[in-house]
Amino acid sequence: MLSIKNLSVSIHGKPIIKGLSLDVNAGEIHAIMGPNGSGKSTLASVIAGRETFDVDEGEITYMGKNLFDLPAESRAREGIFLGFQYPVEIPGVSIANFMRTAINEKRKYLGLDPLTGAEFLKLMEERKKMVDIQSKLTNRSVNEGFSGGEKKKNEIFQMAMLEPRLAILDETDSGLDIDALKVVANGVNKLRRKDNATVVITHYQRLLDYIVPDFVHVLYDGRIIKSGDKSLAFELEEKGYDWVKKETA
Amino acid sequence: MENESNKILEEVTGSEYKYGFYTDIEMDQAPPGLTEDTIRFISAKKNEPEFMLEFRLKAFRHWQTLKEPEWAHVKYPRIKYQELIYYSAPLKRAKHDSLDEVDPELLETFEKLGIPLNEQKALAGVAVDAVMDSVSVGSTFKKTLEEQGVIFCSFSEALQKHPELIKKYMGSVVPYRDNFFAALNSAVFSDGSFAYIPKGVRCPLELSTYFRINAANTGQFERTLIVAEEGSYVSYMEGCTAPVRDEHQLHAAIVEIIAHKDAEVKYSTVQNWWPGDKEGKGGVYNFVTKRGICEGENAKISWTQVETGSAVTWKYPSLVLKGDNSTGEFYSVAVTNNKQQADTGTKMIHLGKNTRSTIISKGISAGRSNNSYRGLVKTSRNAENARNFSQCDSLLLGDQCGAHTFPYLDVGNKSSIVEHEATTSKISEDQLFYCLQRGIDMEGAIGLIVNGYAKEVLSKLPMEFAVEAQKLLSISLEGSVG
Ligand SMILES: Nc1ncnc2c1ncn2[C@@H]1O[C@H](COP(=O)(O)OP(=O)(O)OP(=O)(O)O)[C@@H](O)[C@H]1O
Ligand SMILES: [Mg+2]
Repeated sequence: MLSIKNLSVSIHGKPIIKGLSLDVNAGEIHAIMGPNGSGKSTLASVIAGRETFDVDEGEITYMGKNLFDLPAESRAREGIFLGFQYPVEIPGVSIANFMRTAINEKRKYLGLDPLTGAEFLKLMEERKKMVDIQSKLTNRSVNEGFSGGEKKKNEIFQMAMLEPRLAILDETDSGLDIDALKVVANGVNKLRRKDNATVVITHYQRLLDYIVPDFVHVLYDGRIIKSGDKSLAFELEEKGYDWVKKETA
Repeated sequence: MENESNKILEEVTGSEYKYGFYTDIEMDQAPPGLTEDTIRFISAKKNEPEFMLEFRLKAFRHWQTLKEPEWAHVKYPRIKYQELIYYSAPLKRAKHDSLDEVDPELLETFEKLGIPLNEQKALAGVAVDAVMDSVSVGSTFKKTLEEQGVIFCSFSEALQKHPELIKKYMGSVVPYRDNFFAALNSAVFSDGSFAYIPKGVRCPLELSTYFRINAANTGQFERTLIVAEEGSYVSYMEGCTAPVRDEHQLHAAIVEIIAHKDAEVKYSTVQNWWPGDKEGKGGVYNFVTKRGICEGENAKISWTQVETGSAVTWKYPSLVLKGDNSTGEFYSVAVTNNKQQADTGTKMIHLGKNTRSTIISKGISAGRSNNSYRGLVKTSRNAENARNFSQCDSLLLGDQCGAHTFPYLDVGNKSSIVEHEATTSKISEDQLFYCLQRGIDMEGAIGLIVNGYAKEVLSKLPMEFAVEAQKLLSISLEGSVG
């Protein structure tokens, strides 16, 4: 589904991703772990199409297409979803209105009729239940005045609404209490299908108790220095990143 | 001998005048230029009562002594007042009982502008009095209004049928001496709307007028007068749109509102006149004087405006809070893009005790435009416990545009409380990317963010107007970030 080959990315001439390769297939869950500043969010942004970064080398194909040919909004409509590490506030725009616009843009792109108000409301109610989000939240402006945890839950709700093919969740577990963590993990698991894939970026092995990954990758200084199965996460938790660094040096 | 020649001269010029007058009246357009003759022509053309002609002439003589104001934060080439045409009538004008009789071409134009002047509109509970160029063309739902004693008609019709009301109220809020453009309008105004809500009547329909500038080089001088008698209520909507034009077109309207004791008037405007092209060529000059007076106790007037059009806007809908406990509100969204210039705001004049006013102004500037808020809050010596709250926000798109705030305060009573808050913000790259990542394109993203920013004001508009306004906000910012 997603194939990254020898990717190098810089910002203002400063290299951040330094020759990274990664393959994600349909039905898989990948976890990316790595120390602060190692380039995890940068990788996610580049996949999503943020233009503040310069791609110096490498290629990314998604569903057989060259990703760099598609602007950010088309990538989203083609099913790429990014759960932001720091979701932004959009004052005055209700989540319902935001989601309705997003869904109908996507449907237009796919040649489908827009959802009617009633159809949309039905979908929204269904998905709210699925990810256990408070009813009132969707009437509020996007992320405005939300607590840290509410912002993250809102990202999961949006994911449920948009039903992405490839979801990248950037530290969606950070700042969540244990119940909220379960809610988020539950959402991801319920949405899991044979034809979609999820990449979770996290610092904590704890999340992986609920979302069980097929692969765990360690991103260190712009490179994936080690990949393994879920047991790698336990090892990391125990021994820290220095251990991997030494081992691979 | 000298006497004799004078007499002859008088006769010659007089007859020439009469002759000229006679031929002119057959025309559908006044010749370009502005003299007392032009004014007599307009007045005769409209078969006006004598007091009206007198009023016009007084205004004209006063206007001649005035200079165009230069204090606003706008720049535009000098207007050549002697080259404008001050009166033109649509060719196929007739009084219609039903819309079927209206010139289909006109109806088509209204359709194109997205203003369906049809039964649907009427069913939606809107009586429409459409003004095209200078003369009223169609009217609906008059009956429902008449049953309640509500008068809603063109200004010309009101002059014929209700001269006593016009005489009593016209110029009582905006005297012709008020300013340069008010004097000009008072001298040459062509038509407009009149609404009268009798005592205790809650107007059963939203009153709606669509103005549209049509003939080339025709300055548009509308006049609106709204009178709400004791305990009455009315919501009035004015929407404007003009087609693409090369030459600048002057628009200098006057709106006067009188709210008596316990009456409430809501006045909403969506203005999207031709703003000119990207280089600032063409576009409408909008110099309008709007003012309301809360004459009696507990009266309330609110202005809600969404301004996206015109090349140059100079507009300060104001309120005089004369009655004790009266309330004034001003909610405004002004968008400028490309080379548009807007200098707009309000004046709240507190005269009565316990008077309250609220000002919410949201400016949005893009391109190389300039957007200024200019507001005055004044409390007089007798305005015990007057209160004002002002919130003026500016949103910038890009870094070549300007936003300016000029709040003036004049507090004459120690017990009055006046609060002012102001913010300036930019649409952040993070916000835009967040929208893009959800599949919303750049223009859609800007539209969403801007509408969210303006929500507080948009929510004050009548429902159907709000939808139109939302679309307009997005359209007028198209291509502003790229
Ligand atoms: N816009 C930017 N301007 C300058 N430097 C940037 C920018 N964005 C990211 N960087 C730098 O790139 C590096 C990688 O940042 P990134 O956000 O990808 O790290 P991360 O792995 O997600 O870290 P964390 O675990 O703290 O979220 C950091 O050194 C960061 O300072
Ligand atoms: Mg990060």
